[in-house]
Amino acid sequence: MGIAAILFWFLSALTIGGAIMVVASKNPVYSILYLIITFFAISGHYVLMNAQFLAIVNIIVYAGAIMVLFLFVVMLMNLNAESEPPQKKRYLFFAGVVAGCSLMLVLVAALKSSSSQIQLVQMGSGDVGLISNLGKVLFTDYVFPFEISSVLFLSAMIGAVVISKKEVVHPE
Amino acid sequence: MLLTIDLAFVLEKLILIVIVVMSSLLIAMYATFGERKVAAIMQDRRGPNRAGPFGLLQPVADGMKLFFKEEIIPNFSSKFLFILGPCLAMLTAMMTGAVIPWGDKVHFFGRDISLQIADVNIGILYVFGVVSLGVYGIMIGSWASNNKFSLMGGLRAASQIISYELAMGIALIALLMVTGTLSLKTMVGFQMDGYWNIFKQPLGFLIFLICVFAECNRTPFDLPEAENELIGGYHTEYSSMKLGFYLFAEYINMFISSSVMVSLFFGGYDIPFVNDAHLVESIGVNWVALLHTFSFLFKAAFFLFLFMWVRWTIPRFRYDQLMNLGWKVLIPLSLFNMLVTGALVLLQQNNWHF
Amino acid sequence: MHNFKPWAAIEITSMQSLTNRAKAVDRRPMSLLERAYLPAIFKGMAITFGHMFKKRPTINYPEVTRPFSPVFRGLHVLNRDEEGRENCTACGLCAVACPAEAITMEAAERQKGEEHLYREEKYAAKYEINMLRCIFCGLCEEACPKDAIYLSETFAPANFQRKGFIYGKDDLLIPHPINEKEAYDKARGGRVTIKQA
Repeated sequence: MGIAAILFWFLSALTIGGAIMVVASKNPVYSILYLIITFFAISGHYVLMNAQFLAIVNIIVYAGAIMVLFLFVVMLMNLNAESEPPQKKRYLFFAGVVAGCSLMLVLVAALKSSSSQIQLVQMGSGDVGLISNLGKVLFTDYVFPFEISSVLFLSAMIGAVVISKKEVVHPE
Repeated sequence: MLLTIDLAFVLEKLILIVIVVMSSLLIAMYATFGERKVAAIMQDRRGPNRAGPFGLLQPVADGMKLFFKEEIIPNFSSKFLFILGPCLAMLTAMMTGAVIPWGDKVHFFGRDISLQIADVNIGILYVFGVVSLGVYGIMIGSWASNNKFSLMGGLRAASQIISYELAMGIALIALLMVTGTLSLKTMVGFQMDGYWNIFKQPLGFLIFLICVFAECNRTPFDLPEAENELIGGYHTEYSSMKLGFYLFAEYINMFISSSVMVSLFFGGYDIPFVNDAHLVESIGVNWVALLHTFSFLFKAAFFLFLFMWVRWTIPRFRYDQLMNLGWKVLIPLSLFNMLVTGALVLLQQNNWHF
Repeated sequence: MHNFKPWAAIEITSMQSLTNRAKAVDRRPMSLLERAYLPAIFKGMAITFGHMFKKRPTINYPEVTRPFSPVFRGLHVLNRDEEGRENCTACGLCAVACPAEAITMEAAERQKGEEHLYREEKYAAKYEINMLRCIFCGLCEEACPKDAIYLSETFAPANFQRKGFIYGKDDLLIPHPINEKEAYDKARGGRVTIKQA
């Protein structure tokens, strides 16, 4: 086992453990903190694949911005077990379990039949994640999805502006 | 073959890390002293001058005082997060120093040792990532205090840092267009050969500077710890060395931000009007490296002074003014800057043909 | 005010200000330059930078002291004459004059062989001033017919206990002019004049 393999197993354990704790912890603030740990572990995986750019962007965007906003909202609402209304609808719980198991089944089936299981990742040798290669790929091969996603972001931004705009009250 | 590690390499990096961490702690210590002195002389006072010659032992006395104070952890706070908060603030403050090129290289024991802990090819993004994490220290600490005022401070810090990070990032993109690299070392190399980036991106620098003030929670953007509205904001409940960690992290952040600004816009360790190749021939690599580091620290010290100068000049913004400035002024301005820079770079690559 | 006319008072208060230092508040909307905010910031920063080179009014206190004003009234001193005899005769006029009732004393008769200690037949065996009560008005100094008490150029130092502020005779008496010449001159300062008999 090389140093990369040790790191891989460690990061994998950290990712999965963190993800489980996100669901399992009672306090939503702790859930978010575990989610941040999960993001860090995923960034570690990116670094192992020699994709530093993706790793750092993952940290900047997800851990640095989106999770801060999540934390912001959760802290502001002060959610905890006491303020939570009692969960009466038992069937929601069973529906969730069934949906989760089905998703797992689909994922396992899809991954099993795919050809990528032979060579899962290029450890430390791939250079797709480096910024210059990534830029070239994004602006040549994947330029259409890239632009589509930018339109999506634009519409989301406009939507946010429209929602947050003050209602103009006409005096009769 | 389990672990193949170049032992000498690890050792040299370890020594470098220890030196960088220690010196940034030392500089932060004396930055607190400098802050008080600068405040004093700008208000026609004398400032601390009792502890040691010229009051130079004052930061030591302050540190001792903080260490010996009673440690109070509020009853209804979550204890782990309460302690984690200042630790995170300190950690993120110290981590940024890893990618800053403090000098070119020194030559010891037949090895060229680079005076940069890690020359990552995305150096500036690393700085960005770590800085964006800095807010967690404040947010976690403020929430764990279980105090309304602390929480208000933490929320202010979060919204402020997120808002100003955008403008900062866009200002940086314009700079990256000009230099075409993300590595701080390469960027400094470009500036040593050509002009400093401040001459190519003056507006970008101004926006960056304002955003750095906001990211460091310094006046006029120190709303998270506004003492006359929030009783001290996020560190209301903190005492002893945990409070010291927060205060210390602020000064380390200031120093690191100054270093980043020097590396990005003011030529890093470049000594202006000096031909380095000639200098290396006449006095040797190691002495040149020392001069370079001094040049770097001198520029960083100027920015530290600027931080203090602004603090004792400009009053604090109101919260809505802060948000207006961030979203309605700085972001459009930086977008404009980016567009103009992009157009100019494109024109230059086409040899000024439309 | 020499041409003040009562019938013009309304006009004066409403139209004309008494000094020419008043400034009207400018409520015009800000110009573009003012809204740019940066010129004002630079102006402010120039002001603070200029203050770095101003003379500091603060002095390093224990090493450097400011001179007292010639009319300063500080801690009391019980005076002696040029031979070192106490002037005070315990007449009680100072205690009567004292508006804060800070002074108490007990009189005693001078015995044979004490002529070198006390100038007259009666002297103060006990003389106490409560410095917490004293308002340093100097009326005791004015009331004294024997030039025995005057207010010096020092002030009462801080103390941990209230009883430390009740100054007895050994705290108040000026040092002996012959035996402790230097201390006497220092305590005398430049103020007290010894009446020549």
